[in-house]
Amino acid sequence: MANRTIIPFGPQHPVLPEPIHLDLVLEDEKVVEAIPNVGFVHRGLELLCQKKSFQDMVLVAERICGICSLIHGVGFVQGIEKVMNLEVPERALFLRVFWGELSRIHSHILWLGLAADAIGFESLFMHSWRVREMVLDIFEETTGGRVIFDAVKVGGVRKDISKETFTRIMKQLDKVEEEYKQIAEVFIKDFTIIHRWSNVGVLSKENAAKLGAVGPTLRASGIKSDTRMLKYGAYEKIDFEPIVEHTCDCYARSLVRVKEVYQSFDIIRQCYNKISEGEIETKVTGFPTGEFFSRVEQPRGEVIYYVKGNGTKFLDRFRVRTPTFANIPPLLQMLAGCDLADVPAIIISIDPCISCTER
Amino acid sequence: MSDILTMCKIVLSSLRKKTACQMYPVKPAKFYKNSRGHIALEPAKCILCTLCAKRCPTGAIEVDRTKGVWQINRFKCILCNECVHSCRPVALSMENQYAAPSANKDIETHNVEIKKPAAKPVAPGESAENS
Ligand code: SF4
Ligand code: SF4
Repeated sequence: MANRTIIPFGPQHPVLPEPIHLDLVLEDEKVVEAIPNVGFVHRGLELLCQKKSFQDMVLVAERICGICSLIHGVGFVQGIEKVMNLEVPERALFLRVFWGELSRIHSHILWLGLAADAIGFESLFMHSWRVREMVLDIFEETTGGRVIFDAVKVGGVRKDISKETFTRIMKQLDKVEEEYKQIAEVFIKDFTIIHRWSNVGVLSKENAAKLGAVGPTLRASGIKSDTRMLKYGAYEKIDFEPIVEHTCDCYARSLVRVKEVYQSFDIIRQCYNKISEGEIETKVTGFPTGEFFSRVEQPRGEVIYYVKGNGTKFLDRFRVRTPTFANIPPLLQMLAGCDLADVPAIIISIDPCISCTER
Repeated sequence: MSDILTMCKIVLSSLRKKTACQMYPVKPAKFYKNSRGHIALEPAKCILCTLCAKRCPTGAIEVDRTKGVWQINRFKCILCNECVHSCRPVALSMENQYAAPSANKDIETHNVEIKKPAAKPVAPGESAENS
């Protein structure tokens, strides 16, 4: 047996903008074990529910993460609405799906850029982010914010989109899709990318199921699972099939995301065709009493919210299980046995969001 | 199946295109009607009702009714728009331009004229001070 060495990875590392620390146990160049350590940016947001009213908590929930902010808000208000038995207008539900899928597009393109950057493909990174910028412009126009939208509230949404604006945005999105198609081709076909990601970080179907992977990480291991299939909110009226890949490696995970962006464009078009005129919010009276587990699908996977109200304006308990947290055990499994040089590519491949994980 | 020409095509074609950046600050930043930049107060319209301070989730606004002072800590403000919604006399508005950077964490103070409430009875201590 070769001598074992421990190499610290992170919390500051060039490929990751966020702090996660791993102790990599090496035998020569091979990783035998990875010991994770998170908690560098813990903010204690969950406890804040006892100090902020449940309506203000939406704003806090949105700030759990800077990328999937809107969907965090949706997960939280969905829980509160179920507890309070609120009937949310259909238009609001469709707008939530519209912004949610737009968030997925922006998150996935952001990831594609970061992943390209992690393997040293700088120009592709720049081009991905150029396309993402067009999506952020749509966000700013419709909600007022670029990454933190504050667009959802308990009982509905805060902002409406007029018919003309919606039609114009759909035309704009066609243009975004055209631009995206070009860079997506690169992610599917490019020699460097296929060479770098194929057979790297393999997570078998059994392990993915056993260790509880979620989101694209799970679907890239050949398991057809997507929380949107629960048909929450307006997804009830939307047809889609989860995207599944079977090669279980980093390349498969990137393919799932590349294809999910197309799927999101499709869902947005369905939204545009099916959305009806009407109210965007219901009046909220009284305070939540009871508890609920709310599950929604984020770009990174399934997120679970637990809310418990006690009949006052403050909640008793608020708990979030974020997708990256669920994906850390599968990540450790992928790291065991890989080369040291593959570690950054593998970590990036689960799309880690540490600020989510540490709330 | 794999090739390197796809990326070459993108890179070469972008050589002919204009820059994708906004070239700020040479060109002014572009905003939309909805863009949330900073909160502005119109002191003449404010009636010091303190609703904005009560609704603000971060406690960025402080209103002193007796002294006629309206204060905002821009470093605490998260631009959520709650105060604008809660202000009945529409004294607050959300402006598009971002708040200017500052080296000190100052609190911005506006003096607001204390208007006498028309018919509403006022608490005894307050009325003595107001008149
Ligand atoms: S925008 Fe929100 S955080 Fe800022 S002052 Fe108004 S209520 Fe407070
Ligand atoms: S700004 Fe508006 S809400 Fe705030 S104290 Fe003045 S009138 Fe009241």
